[in-house]
Amino acid sequence: MAGKIVTISSGKGGVGKTTITANIGLGLAMLGARVICIDADIGLRNLDVMLGLENRIVYDIINYIEGRCRFRQALVRDKRFPELFMMPAAQTRAKDAISVEQMKSVAHEAAQMVDYVLIDSPAGIEHGFRCASAPAELVLVVANPEIASVRDADRVVGLLEAETNTPARLIINRVKPEMVFRKEMLAPEDVVDMLAIDLIGLIPEDPEILTASNRGNPIVLNNGSLAGKAFLDIARRLQGEDVPFAPLKPPSFFQRLLGSH
Amino acid sequence: MEEMALTLKGTQQGIVLRPLSDSWEDVLQGLENALQDAEAFFRGGRLIAEIGHQELTKDMLAALRAILDRYDMELWAVLSDNETTIHTARTHGLRTRLPGETVGLLPKEQSAAAPTLPDTTPPSSVRTDLGEHALVVQRTLRSGQSIKYPGHVILVGDVNPGAEIIAGGHIIVWGKMRGLAHAGALGDEHALICAIELTPAQLRIAGFFGRPPEGRRRKLVPETAKVSEGAIVVEPWHTRE
Repeated sequence: MAGKIVTISSGKGGVGKTTITANIGLGLAMLGARVICIDADIGLRNLDVMLGLENRIVYDIINYIEGRCRFRQALVRDKRFPELFMMPAAQTRAKDAISVEQMKSVAHEAAQMVDYVLIDSPAGIEHGFRCASAPAELVLVVANPEIASVRDADRVVGLLEAETNTPARLIINRVKPEMVFRKEMLAPEDVVDMLAIDLIGLIPEDPEILTASNRGNPIVLNNGSLAGKAFLDIARRLQGEDVPFAPLKPPSFFQRLLGSH
Repeated sequence: MEEMALTLKGTQQGIVLRPLSDSWEDVLQGLENALQDAEAFFRGGRLIAEIGHQELTKDMLAALRAILDRYDMELWAVLSDNETTIHTARTHGLRTRLPGETVGLLPKEQSAAAPTLPDTTPPSSVRTDLGEHALVVQRTLRSGQSIKYPGHVILVGDVNPGAEIIAGGHIIVWGKMRGLAHAGALGDEHALICAIELTPAQLRIAGFFGRPPEGRRRKLVPETAKVSEGAIVVEPWHTRE
């Protein structure tokens, strides 16, 4: 049976698509699934860096499309989990180097090999986004709890509904509980209410996420962290497990003392 | 008043032009006038020319396109039973048949390529005939999505920021109206905009224009916007005891 193709998208840039792709990919691998992560951000590849696999790249997705290598050769095997692979984007090419049909065929070929194919979509709603979302059976739409991001996510959901009718689930990234409690940040409920799609993940803001990504050791590998657990929960929910959402932690007494109020 | 040379009618597929005059020049002149009168409504739309058996030459087609270009409109299809016209249209890359059923947004009579559309709309004029046609849509209207319809628009769902509804008649939103609403877009100042939560980015009725006051958080009750003494006023929906 072919694996499930899931695209991670957002419209707006910088909301955490690539970080989320890397962490969910690893999370699924930690749960024992076979996974291929495809970096569809041709020309601005980052997924390899976050997974700590940059120095192992030999071929990329464009090389494969152009017939310069075989499918397996374009895959980079993860150094921690032998059943996790990444297909890198070409850094020296542009988005139009791949067509929607080609991306579909790559994704379907990948799905023959593994349980999950995760596609890291580029920002924007143009050709790159269309390529990345075309093969998807499910799109995870990433939004930060800020107006601009929510609006762009809304646009993405609208395009998916209108053009491909692909189901979408929501990941809210960079939630700061103390700001939510002070009513300085959109609450997750507000975001869900506006976008009217089901929530699949709620990632608290954590500076550790950034340092972990910079080191090529995504935070999901760190069992103790809240953010790491939130990513693993998403992987579980993708596998059909019913994992309740951890309630936002109200600010502690000290945090309130230190806060500006 | 001069006789109308054409009718224009909004459908799901596009705006349908049907000539009433045999003179192509009159038709084009009439079209130009109609587009001018309600530019906001037509801009960016696509036109379906239902020519009947009239023979349309390359030059006639070019003249039509020249006008549409000025209003940022696209000539999308030419429907005709004249072989020459069909051939001319095809060689110019135009559709000569409409695609079958699309998502059921419109009353059935207007959806498919029915050559015998009942001609119930009055000739295009500034005043739409309110109470004539209404489009009922049940979904969330998301950022970047737009509904344009010459009659009333009733939306059961939310209008998110960045989405817009432009209607010739009233706009009724059974949900949150947070985008842009333009009622009476063909010039009717009697048009209303109603919503359960009326917190739009902007309201327009006919040529009038309004923005909600900034910063103030009102209690959210159903409200109605209308034009009164030269300005858009918003009133809470009155319920009787």
